[in-house]
Amino acid sequence: MFDLKLHYGNSYLENSMFFCIFINNEWHTSIKGKKFPTINPATGVKICDVEEADKADVDEAVRAARAAGQRGSEWRQMDASSRGRLLHRLADLLERERAVLATLESMDTGKPFLHAFFVDLDGSIKTLRYYAGWTDKIHGKTMPVDENFVCFTKHEPVGVCGAIIPWNFPLLMFMWKIAPALACGNTVVIKPAEQTPLTALHTGALIKEAGFPPGVVNIVPGFGPTAGAAIGSHMNIDKVAFTGSTEVGQLIKAAAAKSNLKRVTLELGGKNPCIVFADSDLQSAVEETQKGAFFNQGQACTAASRVYVEEAVYDEFLRLSVERAKNIAIGDPLEPRTSHGPQINQHQFDKILELVASGKKEGATLECGGCAVEDRGLFIHPTIFSDVKDHMRIAKEEIFGPVQCIMKFKTQEEVIDRANGTQYGLTAAVFTRDIHRAMSVSAALEAGTVWVNCYNALHAQAPFGGYKMSGNGRELGEYALAEYTEVKAITLKLSERLTL
Amino acid sequence: NIFINNEWHDSVSGKVFSTYNPATGEKICDVQEADKADVDKAVQAARSAFSLDSVWRKMDASERGKLLFKLADLVERDRAYLATLESLDTGKPFLSSFFVDLQGTIKTFRYFAGWADKIHGSTIPTDGEYFTLTRHEPIGVCGQIVPWNFPLVMTAWKLGPALSCGNTVVLKPAEQTPLTCLYIGALIREAGFPPGVVNILPGYGPTAGAAIASHMGIDKVAFTGSTEVGKLIQEAAGKSNLKRVTLELGGKSPNIIFADADFELAVEQAHQGVFFNNGQCCTAGSRIFVEEPIYDEFVRRSVERARRRTVGNPFDPTAEQGPQVSVEQQRRVLELIQSGITEGAKLECGGKAPLSKGFFVEPTVFSDVQDHMRIAKEEIFGPVQQIMKFKTIEEVIERANNTEYGLAAAVFTTDLNKAMTVSAALQAGTVWINCYNALSCQCPFGGFKMSGNGRELGEIGLKEYTEVKTITMKMSGKKS
Repeated sequence: MFDLKLHYGNSYLENSMFFCIFINNEWHTSIKGKKFPTINPATGVKICDVEEADKADVDEAVRAARAAGQRGSEWRQMDASSRGRLLHRLADLLERERAVLATLESMDTGKPFLHAFFVDLDGSIKTLRYYAGWTDKIHGKTMPVDENFVCFTKHEPVGVCGAIIPWNFPLLMFMWKIAPALACGNTVVIKPAEQTPLTALHTGALIKEAGFPPGVVNIVPGFGPTAGAAIGSHMNIDKVAFTGSTEVGQLIKAAAAKSNLKRVTLELGGKNPCIVFADSDLQSAVEETQKGAFFNQGQACTAASRVYVEEAVYDEFLRLSVERAKNIAIGDPLEPRTSHGPQINQHQFDKILELVASGKKEGATLECGGCAVEDRGLFIHPTIFSDVKDHMRIAKEEIFGPVQCIMKFKTQEEVIDRANGTQYGLTAAVFTRDIHRAMSVSAALEAGTVWVNCYNALHAQAPFGGYKMSGNGRELGEYALAEYTEVKAITLKLSERLTL
Repeated sequence: NIFINNEWHDSVSGKVFSTYNPATGEKICDVQEADKADVDKAVQAARSAFSLDSVWRKMDASERGKLLFKLADLVERDRAYLATLESLDTGKPFLSSFFVDLQGTIKTFRYFAGWADKIHGSTIPTDGEYFTLTRHEPIGVCGQIVPWNFPLVMTAWKLGPALSCGNTVVLKPAEQTPLTCLYIGALIREAGFPPGVVNILPGYGPTAGAAIASHMGIDKVAFTGSTEVGKLIQEAAGKSNLKRVTLELGGKSPNIIFADADFELAVEQAHQGVFFNNGQCCTAGSRIFVEEPIYDEFVRRSVERARRRTVGNPFDPTAEQGPQVSVEQQRRVLELIQSGITEGAKLECGGKAPLSKGFFVEPTVFSDVQDHMRIAKEEIFGPVQQIMKFKTIEEVIERANNTEYGLAAAVFTTDLNKAMTVSAALQAGTVWINCYNALSCQCPFGGFKMSGNGRELGEIGLKEYTEVKTITMKMSGKKS
């Protein structure tokens, strides 16, 4: 556990520097004078107040980002390889501040400290280093066109990129957005979620320390309907990247169209199916699917909330899953033995329990959990339902809580249809030892990521994103670069044709 | 010493050789001399480090990248020391070593560090009930032979892509300049590369170099040096085990100056293009074709510039030019200068060895050079500039291409049309427009014709260090 007071002295929490709006490498108070509190969901206690950005602050940030990205600006004149050096430096600074950031993240989100330290911080640092390596490798092409022309493309930055990120992996999502954006030479206006602004703001200080020119990254903490909407419909933002619910994703896309046709990428919800065949390593399948369902208290777009188990192994799978779920260590997120913390806030807490109630009402069998932890605020017991039918709300709606639905299936064709029977399509998993089955089922599933004999295996090098209403576009890997560049084709006319 | 398995070894034979400071002719030190037996040891170490269950093979690709970044950081840390060592061993001006060679080395390691976890294969929609994907695997044990003109940079150009792609290496620095390369051995160990991944064998071409080229246990050889030796290497590769070969060889690069060029720029760039690094560059722009209307003035200004070129001690910050690397090289350059005089070119300035100590040659300019003369055809590798006259575009393109070489070329013009058409017509791996020697690790570099095979640097440089494996799986039933 990391004691902020010991590290920074008593002044840390009183020092308002990292609780302000970050524009042009400076800390600003909100133009309207508004603040909002951020709460520790494990205790219900306010951590601090944060300056609240609204439309006027977003306008300031966009002005700064636009100026920082102008032709002739320091950022635009910089060698591509130098952009990479800055991203590396930022990764080094994250490493230096790893314990502080993990503590802040744990306090702000309720996720266990060890998860924040080993998963969120690890992913954040690796994502930065991965994209640092791309900056001077963003290639256009030359192409053999007809007649006497020379034609080549340049992959230019899109411009000012708005980013709106969620509260479930605040720092990691921050890096998933800024790393490719900056690698491609864009400037950024990023709004962290109102529930979890702290690690984003701390990173602002590191961005300045790393040496990014002023205005390249601007951070505007605030609420969706105000600051978020201002970004979505801004006439001077060239692209918006949003991670959050499908419902809000649709609003953003519509706002983008209505305003200036800004480019849109969306990472939205999921109702991700796992398919466990009788020939799988059952113990491993139980572990992986459960990690998939309960990791981060079920608050993951990749949450494995539907598990289809082949009839022959259904009972055993259920038994092993329930046994395992009962042994999950619930406790204080800052405690090293804890692997299950609270839900993020009352709203989410209520929504989850409402869906649990619907499960009971609609006739699913509650195997374990299904209720709040006594005397413990926003904590909910890991919950397993069996005998779930595809029409039930718990089988169709994204729960975003620690609830796993286990269903039975007979044949491969049937389960593929049932797995695909959703408007979502973010991730899926197949558990089998048979090579043919692994290949054919993964080919058939309508999901942006299909895991075979694993779950939540995410890597900065591999693309991630949704089919259907789970999103538009891809993040990570080389693929993200396409979302953050604008292709310009330059065609020169010559007096004669060139020999090819 | 010889560097094998992250340890320092004496030569198996007990032989040592000396390395000299070409500015003074004095010995710097003795170095253990590797021969075939040492190469065998190194290959064994490299092979072992490459085995399927080795630390190096099991390492995440991103970890390989981290090691290369660490190496770059260490080179940066020791930049002043390495630049000093490089200048002592090669005779190149210290400021060049520090600002050009060391910068190029650091940037190259960092560039290839970034590629390590981005080496992509493909999935391919093949016909029939199959699923196909490709893997871009490391080739295996790579032999690398680097020259004496840019010892450290050439080491980075070789190690960067080889290690990024997951290979292991047996590297032989030139016998004239082993010191900075051996120092890199220490940094490789410090950075944390597993033992056997990089092995460094100082020694001679006919012994250690030949042993590498014809070794049955080496999967690929990369050579930078003369065309003459490049041919021997390729032949040996064919005769032994068909090891893959990449070659970066000599050049007689044409620099074409049109009358509409930015005159001042062209004079200066043409000057630096041939005199940089004491003329010891494979890319030396040693045939300068100047359009008739500006020819006389161009010669006059080039001579004036050459006369102003300061020659002296590499550690004198005002010295633009140091000595040639060895007495053999100095003699060869002087011999070619003599042939220019004999064959009737006009010696405008220079032509002699100015100092009694060290292997210096004066900046030398010839005008009225005819294409048949030796100085117009043979690679001089010294501070000797040839200036020829031309009338038309078609003529100059033909004359520029009339060589077995094809490494680099340049065009100076303000006319867009001329720039695009001439650059398209020149048979050279790199064509510079209104610049010279603008090299960057992001861009591929290599020769047409007898200037080499394959490309180094850029994304395309990775290709030479991977072996493509196609994996095709039968699918049961029709795939979606």
